[in-house]
Amino acid sequence: MIFWKLFYIFCKIGIFNFGGGYAMIALIEDEVVEKQGWITATEFTDIVATSQITPGPIGINVATYAGYTAVVNAGYDPVWGVLGAFLSSFSVILLPFVLMLLISSFILKNKNHVVVKTIMSVLKLTVVGLIAAAAMLLVNTDTFGSFDHNAVQLFLSIGLFAIAFFASLKWKTNPILLILLSGVVGFVVYYLI
Amino acid sequence: MIPLMEKELVDRHQWLTNEEFMDIISLSQTMPGIFAANMATHVGWRLRGIPGAIFSVLGNILMPIVIILALAAGLYFLQGNEVVEAIFKGVRPVVVALIAAPVFRMAKTAHITRYNFWIPVVAALLIWLLKVSPIWVILVSGISGFVYGKYLEKKEVQP
Repeated sequence: MIFWKLFYIFCKIGIFNFGGGYAMIALIEDEVVEKQGWITATEFTDIVATSQITPGPIGINVATYAGYTAVVNAGYDPVWGVLGAFLSSFSVILLPFVLMLLISSFILKNKNHVVVKTIMSVLKLTVVGLIAAAAMLLVNTDTFGSFDHNAVQLFLSIGLFAIAFFASLKWKTNPILLILLSGVVGFVVYYLI
Repeated sequence: MIPLMEKELVDRHQWLTNEEFMDIISLSQTMPGIFAANMATHVGWRLRGIPGAIFSVLGNILMPIVIILALAAGLYFLQGNEVVEAIFKGVRPVVVALIAAPVFRMAKTAHITRYNFWIPVVAALLIWLLKVSPIWVILVSGISGFVYGKYLEKKEVQP
């Protein structure tokens, strides 16, 4: 049953989510798109886009939306999708919540301990690779378009990717602005023209 | 999120001192899970015990869940709409760029050197090409960090 699996998978994602919201996006992508095949890569990027422009922690937003889509894609009524959404967002915070109650005093006391510091610095390095892998997995013909099918889309996609990438890195441009602008470009090029 | 929390918790309600607030930030970043939810859990727990933790974490996530759900449901009924599809076609490559950019930002804060840059490279290749589960990669790197940390600790005690 998909609900048990959602619960189990999002509990797992929560407790292994070190390094912030983008690390969580990478974990959700791996489980929900690559392993379970509940959601396509296109749907997933749409979910991340919608989560970016919505208030609230991006990890919670993506978990909620992914839970909803996974249940609806499995053939359930959208009403059950709402249950899937709440289930996945509660599952994703459940184990970190329990762990915070159990060991936060210990961590606060030992935050400068060499073992705690070493674990964190190794994890930080690993998470960089984890997010890189998620980004590379999302570069495909579904999200960028293909040369044979629609070469214009492919070249425009590469251009938009490059601009957004440099704007985000060099000028720290607001991601919401980048998403809204690319939405306008998409609307003009793919609908009006 | 951090400036907003600081204003409410430290300045307005004076539930925490500035130093306590900074400590809780680093605690919440160290622990697994969503940073804001971890902050809310710990602050709630500190002020009002377990019920406080439950209420503050729920308060933190409930509105975002409702908002994103409303959008999800709305977009579900717009499925196949040509305008929506055109907009998302433009947005998708930008989303990928927004996931790729933090890789380079975080590489800086993770203090990558020529001695440790193999760690993220190997992690990425394992996940990307060999389809190893990221959970395993994180588990192994956490355990390796623990073992290496213990080794460093021993060296500190008996130089």
